[in-house]
Amino acid sequence: MSAAVDTGEWVAIGPLDAIPRRGARTVETPDGPVAVFRTADDTVFAVADHCPHQGGPLSQGIVSGAAVYCPLHDWCIELATGRARAPDEGSTPRYPVTVEGGTIHLRLTPEAS
Amino acid sequence: MTERLVVIGNGMAGIRTVEELLKLDDSRYEITVFGAEPHVNYNRIMLSPVLAGEKTLSDIVLNDREWYADNGITLHTGDPVERIERGRRRIVSASGRETPYDRLLLATGSTPFVLPVPGNDLPGVVSFRDIGDVETMLEAARRHRHAVVIGGGLLGLEAANGLMKQGMSVTVVHIADSLMERQLDRPASGLLRDTLIERGLDFRMEAVTERILGRRRVSGVRFEDGSEVRADLVVMAAGIRPNTALARDAGLHCERGVVVHDTMQTFDPRIYAVGECVEHRKATYGLVAPIWEQARVCANHLAQYQIGRYEGSVVSTQLKVTGIDLFSAGDYEGGEDTEDIVLQDPRRGVYRKLVVRDDRLQGAVLYGDTDDGPWYFDLIKRGEDISEIRERLIFGRAQAEGGGDSAGGRAALMGDDEQVCDCNGVCKGAIVAAVRDDGLTSPAAVMKATKAGTSCGSCKSLVGDIVTLAAGADAVTEDKPTVCECTTRSHDEVREAIRERHLTSPAAVREALGWQEPDGCSKCRPALNYYCISTFPAEARDDAQSRFINERAHANIQKDGTYSVVPRMYGGITNPQELRAIADVAEKFEVPTVKVTGGQRIDLLGVKKADLPAVWRELRERAGLESGHAYGKALRTVKTCVGREWCRFGTQDSTTMGIELERMAAGSWTPHKVKMAVSGCPRNCAESTIKDFGVIANDSGWELVVGGNGGTRLRAAEVLCRVTGHEAVLEHAAAFLQIYREEARYLERTAHWIDRVGLDYVRSRVVDDADGRRRAHERFLESQRHTQVDPWAPRSDASAPDPEFRALRATG
Ligand code: SRM
Ligand SMILES: Cc1cc2nc3c(=O)[nH]c(=O)nc-3n(C[C@H](O)[C@H](O)[C@H](O)COP(=O)(O)OP(=O)(O)OC[C@H]3O[C@@H](n4cnc5c(N)ncnc54)[C@H](O)[C@@H]3O)c2cc1C
Ligand code: SF4
Ligand code: FES
Repeated sequence: MSAAVDTGEWVAIGPLDAIPRRGARTVETPDGPVAVFRTADDTVFAVADHCPHQGGPLSQGIVSGAAVYCPLHDWCIELATGRARAPDEGSTPRYPVTVEGGTIHLRLTPEAS
Repeated sequence: MTERLVVIGNGMAGIRTVEELLKLDDSRYEITVFGAEPHVNYNRIMLSPVLAGEKTLSDIVLNDREWYADNGITLHTGDPVERIERGRRRIVSASGRETPYDRLLLATGSTPFVLPVPGNDLPGVVSFRDIGDVETMLEAARRHRHAVVIGGGLLGLEAANGLMKQGMSVTVVHIADSLMERQLDRPASGLLRDTLIERGLDFRMEAVTERILGRRRVSGVRFEDGSEVRADLVVMAAGIRPNTALARDAGLHCERGVVVHDTMQTFDPRIYAVGECVEHRKATYGLVAPIWEQARVCANHLAQYQIGRYEGSVVSTQLKVTGIDLFSAGDYEGGEDTEDIVLQDPRRGVYRKLVVRDDRLQGAVLYGDTDDGPWYFDLIKRGEDISEIRERLIFGRAQAEGGGDSAGGRAALMGDDEQVCDCNGVCKGAIVAAVRDDGLTSPAAVMKATKAGTSCGSCKSLVGDIVTLAAGADAVTEDKPTVCECTTRSHDEVREAIRERHLTSPAAVREALGWQEPDGCSKCRPALNYYCISTFPAEARDDAQSRFINERAHANIQKDGTYSVVPRMYGGITNPQELRAIADVAEKFEVPTVKVTGGQRIDLLGVKKADLPAVWRELRERAGLESGHAYGKALRTVKTCVGREWCRFGTQDSTTMGIELERMAAGSWTPHKVKMAVSGCPRNCAESTIKDFGVIANDSGWELVVGGNGGTRLRAAEVLCRVTGHEAVLEHAAAFLQIYREEARYLERTAHWIDRVGLDYVRSRVVDDADGRRRAHERFLESQRHTQVDPWAPRSDASAPDPEFRALRATG
C-alpha cells in the first residue's frame, strides 16, 4: 500500500460510497493513519486516527451526529473541532476534506488548530 | 442543671430510645453510651443479608460517629460495663471508666444460647449475633466447605441460607420435627422445608446433638443416635437468652429477663431497661417491632412526660431469605374454641391459614404470597369483628373489601393509622404527611425521612405505592434509569414500544420515540439494535454501524488497535488438525502472542485489522474453525470437564453434553455475554456454579444452576432444578436463554437480571410451566435459524472483499 506523498495538495481518496453512513475508513499517510468519517447526512470529516486519550483508533468508533465515540474508553470526539467533549479534555488534528462529484478529496497537512 | 443519662448497650434498643428521647427533649441529659462491640450502632437485622452477600457492612450502619458527636453524646465503644454501683449511682467499665448517672438505661440485648455439649468451645464454633460472628463466618466460607447450623428457627435458617450463598454446603440440624415450629404451623413449615431443600440445604430433623467433634478445630458433629456429619464450621442458632448478668449482680429483680413495669422502669426507679434484655408482663421479645414501642414509652418517661404506657405487643414474623415469602402473626395454632380457614394452591406454591375465635381473627400463617400479611396483622391487633367479610377473608384484602386487587389498591385501602412498616412502627399517615407536608416526592427520600422500609425492607414496595398515591403518579420523582441521555425512556419502555409498534431498526425506534439526539449515542445504539434483532430475528436488519467495533469486526480490539482472534472449540475439545491450523496461521501471519484463554480455547493476539479476513479464511479452510464470538454480547464458551469418559469420578458424559449445548446456542445474540459450563460430578471442575447457565452431573441426572458470575463481583449460581437426559438439559437451557434474551435489559447479565426479577420468577417460567418452556425453546431455535451462521464465512470470502477491513487509498 503506497502512502500518499505530502505535497500539501488535495488528493482523491475514493468515492463517498466507500464509507458507510455513520461510519469511517482510514487512509495511510506519512504522519500515520487519518480517519475519514461520513455522517448520516453525508457530511465528511477527517481527523488523525488517534484518540487524544490513549491513542485509540477513532475510525473504529460509533459515529453519532458530527461526533465519534472512541472504541477503547468511550471518549466522545467532536469531528468539526477534533476536541473531546467535556468532561474529557484534549484534541486531535483535523484534516481538510471535501466531496466533489462523488469523490472524497483530502489534504494531507492538518489544519492549524 | 442537666442530668446525666448513661446507656449500657450501643445496640438497636438503646440507641432507638436515645433517638426518641432527643426528639422530645434534646437538652435535658448529658448522654454517655457504653458499647461492648467495637462498632457504632448498626442494624442487627441486616446481618443476614450481609452474610448472604446482598449487603455490605457499611450499608447497615444506622448512626455514624458524626451523629453521636452532633448530638453531644459521648460514646465508648469496645468498653463493656462491668458493674453497676446503685448505691453510689455510678457504673464501672472494663477499661476502668467510673461514670456517674442520674438515670441509667439498660439495653444489653441477649446472648446466644450455646448448647452445653463437649467441644462447644472449639475454634470454628460460632453463634450468629454480631458483626464479629458474621466476619468469622465469611472467613470460614472462604476457606472451608462444610457448615452445620444448629437450630431450625428464623436465625438458623437465615444463617444457613447465607452460608449456602457463600458457597458452603450446609446442613441444618433441628431438634423438633418441623422448622420454625414457634412461628409456623406444620403445612407451612413443610412447604418451607421443601423449598429450602430444592435450593440445596440439607436437613437433619429431630436430631439431638451430643458433641462437637474436632481436635484443633471443629471437624464434625455427633448425634445421640451415633451418626455424625462433617463440619468445618458450626453455627449455634438454638435460641437466645436475655442478657441479665449486670442487672442480677446489681441486685435488680430478674426472672428470665430484667423485670420492668409498663413505664419501662426496673425495680430501681432510676434504672430503665428496654429491648431483648427485658421481661414485661412475663413476656420477652426477640424482634424489633415491640422494641420500638418500648423505646417510645421509655423515652417518654425519661423526658418526664410520664404519659406513655407499654402494654405488651402482638408480634409478626417474616423470614429474610430472598425469594421466600413467609409471614406469621398472633396465635396461628389455635385451640379447641377456634376455627381454621385454610387456602391451599400447591401449583402457585401458596398456603394460607387464618385462625378465628368468636368472629375475631387470632392468628395467620401465609406462605408464598404475603402481601396481605400486614392487613391480617392489623385485624389481629385491633380485634375487629370480621363476620361481615368472613367468607372472603381468606382471599385477602382486595377481595374482602373490594376495590382493586393490585398492590396499589392495597395502599389506597389502608387507613391513615394503619401500620406500613412493622419494624419501625410507621403508619400510612406518616408517609402521606411526608409527601403532602414536607414536599418529598421520591420513595427514597420518604423512606429516609420516616424510616419506613429501612430495616428489613419487606414493606418497600408498599411505601412506594403510598408515595405514588399521595404525590400522584406524575409527581413521583424516582429517577428511573433511562437507556441513556438521549431519551427519558427506560429500557423496559423502549422494548415494549418496539414490540407493540413493530419497530425493526434503531433509526425507526429513535424517530418513533422522539430521541433527543437523532443519531443516538454509544450507549443506546447497540441497545436498540439488540432489541430490534432479538424481537424480530427474521425481519430486523442488523445495523452494523450500531454495533460496537468488536461485534462489527468480529474480533476484539486491543489497546494498540490490533485485534484478537478466538476460534470456537466446542466444549473445549480440539484435535491435531485444528491445532496445526492455528499453529500454521500464527506463523504465517506473524501473530505475536498465542494464549490459552480462561474459556478453554486459544487466542491469537495482535492481528492487524486488514489481515482478519485472511486469517479467518485460512482457519476455516485448514480445519473448519469458526468464530468463537469471544467479542460479542453473545454465547461465549461452554466449558466442560473430562467427565465420565475418562474421569474416575465422572457420573455423566459432560463433554458431549457441553458440545451439544454449544452447538445449539453458538451464534445467539444476548443482552450481555453468556457463559455455560458442564461438570461431570459435584466436584464441579468446570466451575459451573459461576456461569450464567451451569450444569452439574449427579448419579441420576443433571442439576441445573443459573445466574452465576465470576467477574467483577462474584455471584454463585443458584439451583434452578434437576432433570434427567440431555434433551431436558437442552430444552431448559434454551428456554432460560430465550426468556433472558426477551426480557433482560441490554448489558444486564443473567446474575443481575435474576437479582432483579427473582429466581422464583425464572423458575415459574422455566421449570413450573412446561408448556411455556417448550414454546420458549422453540422460539430460541427459530431465532437460531436466522442468526446461527458463522460470521467469519461471508466476510472472509476472497472473491468479495469486505470494505470494512480495507483502508482507502490516495489515488492522486
Ligand atoms: C481472553 C480472556 C482472558 C484470557 O486470556 O484467558 C478474556 C479477555 C477479555 N475479557 Fe474476560 N476474558 C476471558 C475469560 C473471562 C472469564 C473466565 C471464564 O469465562 O470462564 C471471566 C469471568 C467469568 C464471567 O464472565 O463471569 C471474564 C470476565 C470478564 C469481565 C467481567 C464480566 C462481569 O460480568 O463482571 C469483562 C468485562 C465485561 O464483559 O464487561 C471481561 C472482558 C474481557 C475483554 C473482552 C475486555 C475487552 O473488552 O477487551 C478481554 C478481551 C481480550 C481479547 O481480546 O481476547 N471479562 N473473562 C478470556 C477469554 C475466554 C474465551 O475463550 O472466550
Ligand atoms: C442475624 C439476626 C437477624 C435478625 N432478624 C430480625 C428480623 O428480621 N426482624 C426482627 O424484628 N428482629 C430480628 N432480629 C432481632 C433483633 O436484631 C433484636 O431483637 C434487636 O437487635 C434487639 O435489640 P437490643 O438493643 O435489645 O439488643 P442488641 O441489638 O443486641 O444490642 C445490645 C448491645 O448491648 C451490648 N452490650 C451487652 N452487654 C453490655 C455491657 N455490659 N456493656 C456494654 N454493652 C453491652 C451488646 O454488645 C450489643 O451491642 C435479628 C437478630 C439477628 C442476630
Ligand atoms: S482480567 Fe480480563 S479484562 Fe482484565 S486485563 Fe485481563 S483479560 Fe483484560
Ligand atoms: S483511547 Fe480513546 S477513549 Fe481511551
